[in-house]
Amino acid sequence: MTSARMSTADSLRILHTARNDEVVITTMSTAREWTQLPPHPLDFVYVPSSMGQASALGLGMALAQPSRRIVVCNGDGCTLMNLGSLVSITAAAPKNLVLLVFDNEVYEITGGQGTAASGRRRADGDSLDYGEMARACGFQKIHVIENCEQWESEVNQLLTEEGPVFGWLKVAPVPGGAGPRSPGPGPERARAFAAALQDPQSSR
Amino acid sequence: MGKRLQVDKYHIYQDQEIVSLLEEIGITHVVWVPDSTLGLWEAALASSPAIELISVCREGEAWAVAAGLHLGGSKPLVIIQCTGLFESGDALRNVLHDYQLPLYGLIGYRSYLNSESLPGDSCLKFTEPVLAAWNVDSIFIDSAEKKDQFKEHYLKCQQAGRAGITLLAEGRA
Repeated sequence: MTSARMSTADSLRILHTARNDEVVITTMSTAREWTQLPPHPLDFVYVPSSMGQASALGLGMALAQPSRRIVVCNGDGCTLMNLGSLVSITAAAPKNLVLLVFDNEVYEITGGQGTAASGRRRADGDSLDYGEMARACGFQKIHVIENCEQWESEVNQLLTEEGPVFGWLKVAPVPGGAGPRSPGPGPERARAFAAALQDPQSSR
Repeated sequence: MGKRLQVDKYHIYQDQEIVSLLEEIGITHVVWVPDSTLGLWEAALASSPAIELISVCREGEAWAVAAGLHLGGSKPLVIIQCTGLFESGDALRNVLHDYQLPLYGLIGYRSYLNSESLPGDSCLKFTEPVLAAWNVDSIFIDSAEKKDQFKEHYLKCQQAGRAGITLLAEGRA
């Protein structure tokens, strides 16, 4: 039932509270909600994006910065657009990468059309199981998060256990949800972020 | 090695030769989707102590992985075929133009030296115009005599802080 799902905003607030010095990459609707929260030097708001590439971007960062935890907040539509990246991630197997899929079953910022994985767009009416998809792609640490209480109790485990970790968060769509806005020019933000990554003192 | 190396006019760089060159210019990661020419380098790349070989599933993904590596302080090189350049469009637009990251790619130009196995290969029609459309500083190596241009161009682009591409002529598809 869609109405029982947690909101993306609430689920990101929980992550924001639990987060210490992890890199957090957001995109699409997670970027819209994350930018409503206090910023951190190790935030990478991936807007503008190439849809689907946040997971690949996170893989590269995780390989370059093995001592930092990299958390990618992806959407379900983005995940579908680059499913192969799940296989690339588990092939390289970075221990410091957490891939979160905020699944609202729709392309929210384009008006709420169903994704090809959502029950309403499938011939059999059954939504696809991202946890099983992740398992088939080689993830061994998989968390299926149904509500805020569960997320609050598991978030620290996701942020600390050996990766790559996959989290499937079932969230509610926001009808009429706007597209994310870039917090500033991309080249300048990329340079500032790269500098923050090299700074061992980068913290809240 | 599974495949016998081909030493002929259709293979401008040999495997150990290219790996030594990449080590010399400080490449830390090769992110790739190989083709039948570039793929001959796999064993040599995988055995390099200085280079990590990252296999991805589609070429657009390679640019995003390289972007993450670059932001994290590494020196990645993307190696793909020209068909992968076509596939890469939106990823390339994003990392090279939206974020202006100085990434570098080595792109195999399918059928340029020999189109025997794919007569009329449309790669010959589209590769150069598509590359030009992306407005990336690029060079074209179509013979062994031009080999040295890759290193020169890579270093020039890195020094200038801009992205670059070497288009490398290949033989059969």
